[in-house]
Amino acid sequence: MDPLSTFEIITRILVQLSPVWISLILLYAMSIAFKRRLGLYGKLFDSPIGMIGFGLVMFWVFTGVYGALDMIVTHDPLSQVSGMKNKVPGTPVRSAEEGEYAWYLLGGDNLARDVFSRLIKGAWEVIKIAPLAAIFAFMVGITLGLPAGYYGGKLDITLSFLANLILAFPVILLFYLLVTPEIVATGVPNYMAIVLFVFPIIFLAVLLNSRFHTRPKLRTPLLIGVLGLATWMYLQLVSNGGYLINTPDYKIIGLPRVLDFFDIDPGLLVVFVSVVFVNSPTVFRIVRGLTMDIKTRDYVAAAQTRGEGPWYIMLWEILPNARGPLIVDFCLRIGYTIILLGTLGFFGLGLAPESPDWGSTINDGRKLLSIYLHPALPPALALLSLVLGLNLLADGLREESLKD
Amino acid sequence: MGRFILQRFGVMFLTALALTLIVFFLTNLQPNLEKIAKFQGNARMTEPEVVSWLEKNGYAQPMLTRYAEWLGLAKGWTHTDDEGKVTGRCIDHGQAPAEAPSRCGLLQGDWGYSIFFEADVAGKVLGKLALTGKLMLWVMLLMIPMALIIGVLSGMREGSKLDRVLSTFSIVTTATPEYVSGVIFIAVFASSAVGLKWFKGTATSAMENATFENFFLPVLTISLYGMGYISRMTRASMTEVMTAQYIRTARLKGVSFYNVVVKHALRNALIAPFTVIMLQFPWLLNGVVIVETLFNYKGFGWALVQAAGNNDIELLLAISVVSVMVVLVTQLISDIGYVYLNPRIRIS
Repeated sequence: MDPLSTFEIITRILVQLSPVWISLILLYAMSIAFKRRLGLYGKLFDSPIGMIGFGLVMFWVFTGVYGALDMIVTHDPLSQVSGMKNKVPGTPVRSAEEGEYAWYLLGGDNLARDVFSRLIKGAWEVIKIAPLAAIFAFMVGITLGLPAGYYGGKLDITLSFLANLILAFPVILLFYLLVTPEIVATGVPNYMAIVLFVFPIIFLAVLLNSRFHTRPKLRTPLLIGVLGLATWMYLQLVSNGGYLINTPDYKIIGLPRVLDFFDIDPGLLVVFVSVVFVNSPTVFRIVRGLTMDIKTRDYVAAAQTRGEGPWYIMLWEILPNARGPLIVDFCLRIGYTIILLGTLGFFGLGLAPESPDWGSTINDGRKLLSIYLHPALPPALALLSLVLGLNLLADGLREESLKD
Repeated sequence: MGRFILQRFGVMFLTALALTLIVFFLTNLQPNLEKIAKFQGNARMTEPEVVSWLEKNGYAQPMLTRYAEWLGLAKGWTHTDDEGKVTGRCIDHGQAPAEAPSRCGLLQGDWGYSIFFEADVAGKVLGKLALTGKLMLWVMLLMIPMALIIGVLSGMREGSKLDRVLSTFSIVTTATPEYVSGVIFIAVFASSAVGLKWFKGTATSAMENATFENFFLPVLTISLYGMGYISRMTRASMTEVMTAQYIRTARLKGVSFYNVVVKHALRNALIAPFTVIMLQFPWLLNGVVIVETLFNYKGFGWALVQAAGNNDIELLLAISVVSVMVVLVTQLISDIGYVYLNPRIRIS
């Protein structure tokens, strides 16, 4: 079989991505048709910048999800095919069997794996971790930032000092100290996970209790239900194989295996925890600043006069009014998290060496960069476009939310 | 002002102490110590051998004691082996134990010994800092003027075509982390595959003899990522100033647009970016680590990677002290500078 020409490669990639195009067209058609009823999300479709950004982000989200379902990929991202080492894009696979895709669309990397399939699988690695890590960072930042800004005083000084402490740390040094097999063996990341993942539960509990505490009949079952579910999820998240902490010296028993439906790979957990840890002080500072600004407003004074409790005011008066900047920062934060994940991959920290995530792939590819461009460039451009999409989306949202 | 600076120095001191304690704790966890024992001694040591090696080299003491030793508050450890030979923290190779000082730590000016470089930490760190300082100097010389020009040009007429183009450019640069732009630059300008070969893909030779050819790519890579952020801040500040009353008054009086921008707007618009530039330092430090690794420029960032990868405790501690100091001092300068530059705060 002949190698493909550039035009053929592009056409075949576009065809291969067809489920993504269909989903994008459907999403845009629906959103534009109903945009007047969709609030801030609908208004996004009034701003061209926001639309482009949203399109880029959703493109990678769909690609990642379909890739995880094995829809777009042409080859197994981990299998090595003999004779395909460092082959240029469009090289036909030697002795392709029946039903196997006959080309490496973007060539082979230095271990003769298909660059295209790894790119698609890598999108899922990013899509799976980054938004979740940003959500956790926001939970931590909001739960600590609101009281720090609202009460001020000693609490504020202590929390701000701790936040600045983490911020003064060079991120890469922190990663190098936290994300090593030796540290994983001591269980330090597990302790951090146990502490950090508690914050969403505290947040939910305070959020619901402050709103419904005047109606005990509704509140008690609601809290039991929500907190029960959240605690169960939490225990599933932090306990691994029946143990919270499992080091050679000592163990702390966690959730029994019968109730534990998913285990997180320790390498992934440490990456997740460190990314949340690095991001939450910044969120804390933003929330604290916004709270200090908003608490001087009249409606807060009105709520105080009404006799509302401090947590009600923080979570139901201040937080909703701070949502504009927070949503914008959330988009930027996902982008920053993606950059951090890439940095980790670039230094070969945390994730398994054969992992198809973009940072690791760039790191693998850069060693041969002066001769072969195709293994390193696609993940680099992919990461660039996804982060760019998130930045543009944030810009569009900022513009639209200012028009209110 | 004096009290403010004193207070800031207090906080700085406390932060540095807390951070070094954290670094000390993380690098001295048992598995890390075993790694050192195997790195320095013998890779195939058995469990009891590791324990006795750690004992012999002072690693077996409580962590806080050894932290105090590193600070120079506690007496350095000594160890007498079976043959009566005395070794110790403060006893240099070939020195008689009686002549050695009892304490040797930060307070005595001794930063310790790097197991990776096999040299004194202080000298090594200074040398590496000088190399990185050279890199940063050029980064600043390229980044700040470019960022300010782009920001001012796009902010002086908000919404114009020039503004759109320059804003898009700055958004793209903020979305491009160093390891992406570095890879793209090497691919386009340095690889034999594209064939441009304008620059060199490594900066190792720039350590002794920096030329445009071997030094421009790393400098550009670091500058671009920071440039986008600074120019967006400058643009925001410039657009705000341009809508101010006194600018309108000046325009109505018939002052030319050029004069309004240069003589009236610019000075006020540059207050905010100043603080942003100062606060960029810690971020640039990240960029330095990535770029020095990517371009194989053996400076401070490269040393950080090597120290962390080999768990070189005393080198890592020195590096964290230095980088934390850089971060905190720049924060202090930015605070003082803000007060100094802004007449509304300075006079009241």
